[in-house]
Amino acid sequence: MAKRGLTCTVCPLGCKIEVEMSDGTIFNVKGNVCDRGLSYAKEECTSPKRVLTTLVRVKGGILPITSVKTTKPIPKELVREAQATLSKISIEAPVEVGDLVLRNVLNTGADVVVTRHTPRPSERSLAQY
Amino acid sequence: MKERFADVIVIGGGPSGMAAASYCRKEGVGAVLLVEREGALGGILPQCIHPGFGLLELNEDLTGPEFADRLEGQVHDLGVKVLLDRFTKKLGYEGDRGISVECISPSGLEVLKAPCLIYSTGCRERHAFEIGIVGDRPSGVFTAGTAQSLMDIYGLLPGKEIVVVGSGDVGLIMSRRFAIEGAHVKAVVEILPYSGGLTRNIAQCLEDFEIPLLLSHAVLEIRGRRRVESAVIIEVDGKQAPISGTEREIKCDTVVVAAGLVPEVGLLEKAGAKIDPATGGPVVNEFLETSLPGVFACGNVLVVNDLVDHAVEQGRLCAGSVKSTLDGSLRRPTSWKRSVPGEGTRFVIPHLISGERDTTFYTRVRTPMEDCRLLLKELSKEVRITGAKPSEMIRLSLKGELLSKVRADLTFEVQS
Repeated sequence: MAKRGLTCTVCPLGCKIEVEMSDGTIFNVKGNVCDRGLSYAKEECTSPKRVLTTLVRVKGGILPITSVKTTKPIPKELVREAQATLSKISIEAPVEVGDLVLRNVLNTGADVVVTRHTPRPSERSLAQY
Repeated sequence: MKERFADVIVIGGGPSGMAAASYCRKEGVGAVLLVEREGALGGILPQCIHPGFGLLELNEDLTGPEFADRLEGQVHDLGVKVLLDRFTKKLGYEGDRGISVECISPSGLEVLKAPCLIYSTGCRERHAFEIGIVGDRPSGVFTAGTAQSLMDIYGLLPGKEIVVVGSGDVGLIMSRRFAIEGAHVKAVVEILPYSGGLTRNIAQCLEDFEIPLLLSHAVLEIRGRRRVESAVIIEVDGKQAPISGTEREIKCDTVVVAAGLVPEVGLLEKAGAKIDPATGGPVVNEFLETSLPGVFACGNVLVVNDLVDHAVEQGRLCAGSVKSTLDGSLRRPTSWKRSVPGEGTRFVIPHLISGERDTTFYTRVRTPMEDCRLLLKELSKEVRITGAKPSEMIRLSLKGELLSKVRADLTFEVQS
């Protein structure tokens, strides 16, 4: 039986979790203090996922880019491809937090949304003051 | 010269300042002025586009800009008066006659006056010369925050082949951001024998992208004519002294320095506030009041926090203290008791306690320790900690009932 040491990334506690598995089947998980840690460990050992945060271009905004995120974790091996897809996207200002950028990125079931509002230059005074 | 009057002035519109200002309004404080140097609120948050913010305060996992957006919404909804593009140049402390802040605004000099002040100016970054990196001075050497702002605010990738100096959270998170955006992070160089970041960040920032972490290594020299061409690194011994013969050169076009933060206490110190050499921030009592009565401090200028949630919590506490100062209900004891670091800990915040009120303490261990216990010997109290690291702040709330048993000092010791 193989043992795999993990650091839980669900919260800042960073529990050290030990997973015993064999042929892709999990037999035992220990070291986690909560259930979220348990599901993290199971998922991390079978199909690891990550939330991707990156940037997209914005036309006509006070800044040339804004920040975006996937609405849920996507398979780890698709992170780079998803970033490459998003790096080619350009959206129109003004954008607000939560605006949809891309639905169902790479068929992962996750959407991509804006995380930083970017007004047009003329709207800046209204937005900021 | 324009004069403005308020009940409280908050200097610094980052997370703790925004929280302090809006909670002041929630507590019923009349005129709240929030003064910010930049053209927008948010402090460092808008450029921290990664998730992990708000887990404790909001029970949600937000990115930095989203968390800032929430706080900014409260600032505006609760009627805080926001003054952007203000560079504060002088803090005048006139005791009972109140506090004056001189600032340079886009339309000239302004003087702000109030009976109370909350100081939430955050930190600046330690740069290459402060950590003894010598050599050429080509372009391509950035502090982590500058690189982050270039990349994540302005959309400019600072370099393609990057060496990161320092493995605190900032260094780790920036390494991941560079990797995601297509740069090659050749190494993260850490002078200590352990990483200065949260455990989860080592896992999700370095291991995910196969970025090597070189512990007990230092950057000796940066080489390059116009642009950085390489960094010379060297192994160090237990006393951080370079071991000669272990030098090696890493080809790179960019060196990013993530070597820690220094509280921006300048104006506060000049106004006469006492500074704690261990934190670099002001000495405060349980109201987060500095040695200048009526002047409070929160966020990273008080103590470098690893979680924004703690900075917000400190802002909220300051707001409560301002409210009770203004309505006359703030009761300072005739003599303060001291909370002091003991064996194994580096500092304790707050520094002074009355022993009458419930108080939340923050401390950090000096070196990483596996299973250990936090010992408050004057109270014969012990708290078990599973794995303490200097990078992970220990937060402990104690009841006034228990604290009333403290006679003079309350010592925070951590033993294995």
